[in-house]
Amino acid sequence: MLTLENMHVDLGGFTLDASLSVEPGRKVAILGPSGAGKSTLLAALGGYQPASGRVLWSGTDLSGKSPAQRPITTIFQDNNLFPHLTAAQNVGLGVRPDLRLSKGDVARVDEALNRVGLAGLGPRKPAALSGGQIARVALARALLRDKPIMLLDEPFGALGPALRDEMLGFIAALADETGATLLMVSHEPGDARRIADDVILVADGVAHAPVPTAEIFAHPPEALRDYLGH
Amino acid sequence: MARGIDAVTRTAGAGAIALALVLLLTLGTLAAVAVRAESAGGFGVADWAALRFTLIQATLSAALSVVLAVPIGRAFARRRFPGRSLLVMLLGAPFILPVIVAVFGLISVFGRSGIVSQALLALGFEPISIYGFHGVVLAHVFFNLPLATRLVLQGWLAIPAERFRLAASLGMTSRDISRHLERPMLREVVPGAFLVIFLLCLTSFAVALALGGGPRATTIELAIYQAFRLDFDLGKAALLALVQFVLGAAVALIALKVALPSGFGSGLDRAVMRWDANSPVLRALDAALIALATLFLVLPMAMIAVDGIPALTSLPPSVFAATLRSLGVAMASVVLSISLALPIAAWAVKSRSRLVEAIGTLTIAASPLVIGTGLFILIFPVADPFAFALPVTALVNAVMSLPFALRALVPALGQIEADFGRLADGLGMSGWARFRLVWLPRLRRPLGFSAGLAAALSMGDLGVIALFASPDTPTLPLQLYRLLSAYRMDDAAGAALVLLAASLAVFWVFDRGGRVNADA
Repeated sequence: MLTLENMHVDLGGFTLDASLSVEPGRKVAILGPSGAGKSTLLAALGGYQPASGRVLWSGTDLSGKSPAQRPITTIFQDNNLFPHLTAAQNVGLGVRPDLRLSKGDVARVDEALNRVGLAGLGPRKPAALSGGQIARVALARALLRDKPIMLLDEPFGALGPALRDEMLGFIAALADETGATLLMVSHEPGDARRIADDVILVADGVAHAPVPTAEIFAHPPEALRDYLGH
Repeated sequence: MARGIDAVTRTAGAGAIALALVLLLTLGTLAAVAVRAESAGGFGVADWAALRFTLIQATLSAALSVVLAVPIGRAFARRRFPGRSLLVMLLGAPFILPVIVAVFGLISVFGRSGIVSQALLALGFEPISIYGFHGVVLAHVFFNLPLATRLVLQGWLAIPAERFRLAASLGMTSRDISRHLERPMLREVVPGAFLVIFLLCLTSFAVALALGGGPRATTIELAIYQAFRLDFDLGKAALLALVQFVLGAAVALIALKVALPSGFGSGLDRAVMRWDANSPVLRALDAALIALATLFLVLPMAMIAVDGIPALTSLPPSVFAATLRSLGVAMASVVLSISLALPIAAWAVKSRSRLVEAIGTLTIAASPLVIGTGLFILIFPVADPFAFALPVTALVNAVMSLPFALRALVPALGQIEADFGRLADGLGMSGWARFRLVWLPRLRRPLGFSAGLAAALSMGDLGVIALFASPDTPTLPLQLYRLLSAYRMDDAAGAALVLLAASLAVFWVFDRGGRVNADA
């Protein structure tokens, strides 16, 4: 169980509060108007943004731990890959951050690239990959890191609708397979309907407790109604 | 919070050590100087004259450079012509041009037997004098007019093109545009440009050494050198060094209030679309300005080649030995400069402290001669300072190129951390892994540029080496100065060409090395 106890972020004029729990293995969409604090919530969870209160995972307090020490993998909006490293090296960072890979490690990297459908593209640098392929490389690394929580910050914002749909399906399948808990920021209600079990609504400086997706869209609270525009 | 505490302290530790070294070299040597200066006699008539001359030449040089740069910068900003980007690039060349080489070129053009004087004589006029006050100001304008032009041009190009489009749609004339767009920009750019150039002229030693001298054209830096080398009056040298430092520090304090521009902005190769400046008169004016500026810049450099090529075959062996020595000094200086700049830049970015960078930039106001005097005073009781001539030259030059390295590295590193800091944090890349896998590969361009600058600056330096050098281990600039002083003009021409080529080559090799295969 992922639990946020009185989490409070103060960005000087902008504040975000959250007290909520997410069951393990759930796929959760984080929705809300832009500027409401969706990405801030994710950054605080990932350890990139200082916050007061507590973040607990299976009873362990994560507060004060560095991003790499947390049981979390984050896929950002952009800059998920280092442009000067090959796809394989970028994935390899998920095994060892100093890239001193053994033969076995290299084999695992290849396997992960195969798994996301990029067999043979390991030696390419990001500039020689398409947007969809870049997203897959980031996913391959997330697979290898094998953390129980995956945070996605609008990772497919730059992809076209078809590719975006494909990647969402792919992520949902991976999460089902590994049992990972998924939290995904999106400004697209369709994304939530597509893969999310629950929705966390972020509005007016508060991240609300997760509500099952079908329920929240059937009876949207006022903040969500305003955001959706009906 | 985000990173392991140990990694953060390591960065701060390395940065603090590097910064302490820089402070020790600038302020520590000053302390040595201050102690020594107590034994000096008073500040004599000649010293007051030197102070006056220093201030007057710096003020006039900076004023002339900036005043001339405004119309030239405007001409570059609003005209498009073939070869424009080459010319703009050339405006950056004097910065890495060894001072003594440029002086040689200026003598060939403006000296008594130079082409300008010959032309004046043929027309029945008195030839101009390249030595003394005129020469010092002329040389300083030669070096700094291009820099000022680049700064002003940068200001012009920083005005959004949409503003000019809006002005055109409102039917504004050149005068209206000047009032609403250009003069407000100049009010911001000009004071900074003036101060930078004033500072550079304040601490420029080699120009005064080669062209100045005598009671009416001695700068404080030159006076330090003379007290040192000619009279061996360490107390007097120390007193003058103190005055020089106070002067530099005072200007640096003023400079803190004024945003100092950096002259290395890229993207200067575009021109602004203008609809108001198409009249034939304005076009002819701009063309004439650009032509004159180009001639002023290119002619001395061309003369170095013209005079130097025939002399290459008969170069004395001492020139080759000096070249090797200079290359060695340049390489050592590159290693030292980068080893100081990287930790300071890392600390500045990590701590988000402008102060760290500001202290690192302190040396722009420091004088190499003052540092040299201090080092001499420190080394003298324990060892023969002349034996340390080359290492000291490498070290002092490394510190002098530090501000430029920091100007290039700090913003680049800041951008890297902004773009990839979270990713690296999330993957647990810290310490050496982060340095090796993220910083080094992504800093290649600014690193190559900084290294090239450090190499070229120390390759051409004629400052601290003049204080320290013993007769038998001159660097190439010092050897060139000696040939010039001995009026061995043919050999000097050859040596000048070798030094020019070597300086440009070392800059090119490093800068290029940072560009090839650099991934976007």
